Amino acid sequence: MKPETVNKLKISANAAKYDVSCASSGSNRPNNGKGLGNTNPWGICHSFTEDGRCISLLKLMLTNYCIYDCAYCINRKSNDIRRTTFSVKEVVDLTIEFYRRNYIEGLFLSSGIIKNPDYTMERMVSVAKDLRLKQNYNGYIHLKSIPGSSDELQQQAGLYADRLSVNIEIASESNLKMIAPDKSFASILNPMNTIKNKIIENKEERRKFRHAPRFSPAGQSTQLIVGATPDSDQRILNLAGNLYNSKNLKRVYYSGYIPVNNYDKRLPALNEPPLKRENRLYQADWLFRFYHFSINEIVNDDHPDLDLEIDPKLSYALRNPWLFPVDINKANYETILRVPGIGVLSAKKIILGRKYSKLNLSNLKKIGVVLKRAKYFITCNELKAPTINELLPENVRKIFLNENKPAKQFKKSFYKQLSLFPVN
Amino acid sequence: MNLFIYDQTFEGLLTAIHDAIDLNIKPDKIISTKFFQDDLFATKYDIVTDSDKFDKIWNQIKEKSNEQNCQRIFKAYLSETSDIEMIIYNYIKLIIDTPYNVEVNFSEDSVIKINNIQKKIGREAQRVLMFVRFQKTVDDIYYASFDPKYNVIPLTVAHFRNRFADQKWVIFDTRRKFGYYYDLKNVREITIGNQKVNFESGKVDNDVLHVSEKLFQKLWKGYYDTINIKERKNIKVHMQFLPKRFWKYLPEKDFKNTLVMS
Ligand code: SF4
Repeated sequence: MKPETVNKLKISANAAKYDVSCASSGSNRPNNGKGLGNTNPWGICHSFTEDGRCISLLKLMLTNYCIYDCAYCINRKSNDIRRTTFSVKEVVDLTIEFYRRNYIEGLFLSSGIIKNPDYTMERMVSVAKDLRLKQNYNGYIHLKSIPGSSDELQQQAGLYADRLSVNIEIASESNLKMIAPDKSFASILNPMNTIKNKIIENKEERRKFRHAPRFSPAGQSTQLIVGATPDSDQRILNLAGNLYNSKNLKRVYYSGYIPVNNYDKRLPALNEPPLKRENRLYQADWLFRFYHFSINEIVNDDHPDLDLEIDPKLSYALRNPWLFPVDINKANYETILRVPGIGVLSAKKIILGRKYSKLNLSNLKKIGVVLKRAKYFITCNELKAPTINELLPENVRKIFLNENKPAKQFKKSFYKQLSLFPVN
Repeated sequence: MNLFIYDQTFEGLLTAIHDAIDLNIKPDKIISTKFFQDDLFATKYDIVTDSDKFDKIWNQIKEKSNEQNCQRIFKAYLSETSDIEMIIYNYIKLIIDTPYNVEVNFSEDSVIKINNIQKKIGREAQRVLMFVRFQKTVDDIYYASFDPKYNVIPLTVAHFRNRFADQKWVIFDTRRKFGYYYDLKNVREITIGNQKVNFESGKVDNDVLHVSEKLFQKLWKGYYDTINIKERKNIKVHMQFLPKRFWKYLPEKDFKNTLVMS
């Protein structure tokens, strides 16, 4: 490792940083007892940047040269920027040395497309292969598959990686074609399909032969850029829901568009990235995956975009006041989950706790329910406070807006589940 | 006033609880010899730690609930919270006196208390896994200092043992002045002097650092600074997730380090 590597690393990190996926979760690759590393099924964050994001993986681009010209990307070929290419060995060494010092959970490797997709993918696969076979490394590896590379290479990638991803980036095909003319939905959905089928096949195989090698055990993920095109939240979330269901994706990441190529008039002029919207999309995604909401309940033709002022769960409650108040001591789990201020853990504790005695306010508080939010939507033994039905939704909305920091609790538990704790 | 005095070990605490239940005396305070101050008006019980009595209580809890619940109590004990002894006494008494497995009855105060303490412990242990930074030394030992709020390093040893099976490492609790050393075969509890390690900064002296160590710290700091997206700056969240008390261990947060290097 040479001192010049410092500069290379900076160029590469700068090129890779706009891909927001960072999770190191979902895999439990053991250490074989003599090697280096293992993966933690819940993932571990090792640091946080000043933008508040977690650093879990060493995020690198093998090269930031690219023959494509996607309008939203800092590495597009028409940009005049510093470019660099790592050797396979350099990436391997950096990963190992950082890992040994407990800086990272593993490697997230992507690449600009050089020569052709297969050539690029092959070099990415050799990094993963060297790490696994030569270095006896069992830490996390996430490879971003190169659209258009061969099935054979996808197959190999999945054998060494814990997670694969193909980024769809734009929620509608016509908009994708407009700003990323080298890409198409087919070139993205096809590799997703291949990966999905191989994961299913592999699960089948492992049922029969316990020692069959695993294929991408932490599944696959994708990223959607938000705000670079006029696509509505309804379109974005419907696509996400579809991908979760039909491609068995583990995660869809939403990335607020950061105007890196202001000169390109196909893109909107933004003063700042749409971070609030991005946050609301994550909350909506969360409702879909863990709170038994359907996409259509969150966004629909009447409400195609998420409310930026209040979180989507509260927004749903205010639009559907007739579902409340919920009796904490009687309602079923799904109904309790819909109460703003009650998270998955609190809902489970309520179900367990009320078996033994009726729950009152102080019980709920200790369980972790945010009463300040929940009180308008529940009844329990002693609660006499006015609910949403007496106050009317628009007044409850005002109360929450006046509180100034409406989504704090939600964000906190969201973060925790995102990175530290098992998701159930 | 009934005062039970034990030797500050977990075994001792469970022995004290065993005796209290056995004698059918409700303690007003259970206190370790270290913090004990004589109290003329109290009836004092000096507890003799007894592993049979410990086992008896441990197994009783296990039968009533499960092994996980025993671990939960052990973790709560590591919190070193003031009055943790009585919290544990109340919890164990509740477990033993309740005909069903009370561990998930969240309408009971003592269940909630133990769970909350355990949560705090778990969070601190998690932070050890997150923020430990090894410095490689000339003799190929990877050394890390840590200064956890609670006594959680013991809970993290298995993780590091599994993960870093092919490198020698030391993790040292600079607050409690003990640590663990893994020599590629076994993990041993150790104490060290501070001749080669600065307990304040957690850093290993330059003359025992591996030649490559500073370069990797510099690489890491360079990476850390670059991967940040300045358009998304959010210092509040940053500080919430990365509290200042951990910064001294992190090469990426260490200004002195870069100044010397560049
Ligand atoms: S393919 Fe498009 S998005 Fe990927 S690096 Fe090249 S220009 Fe950027």
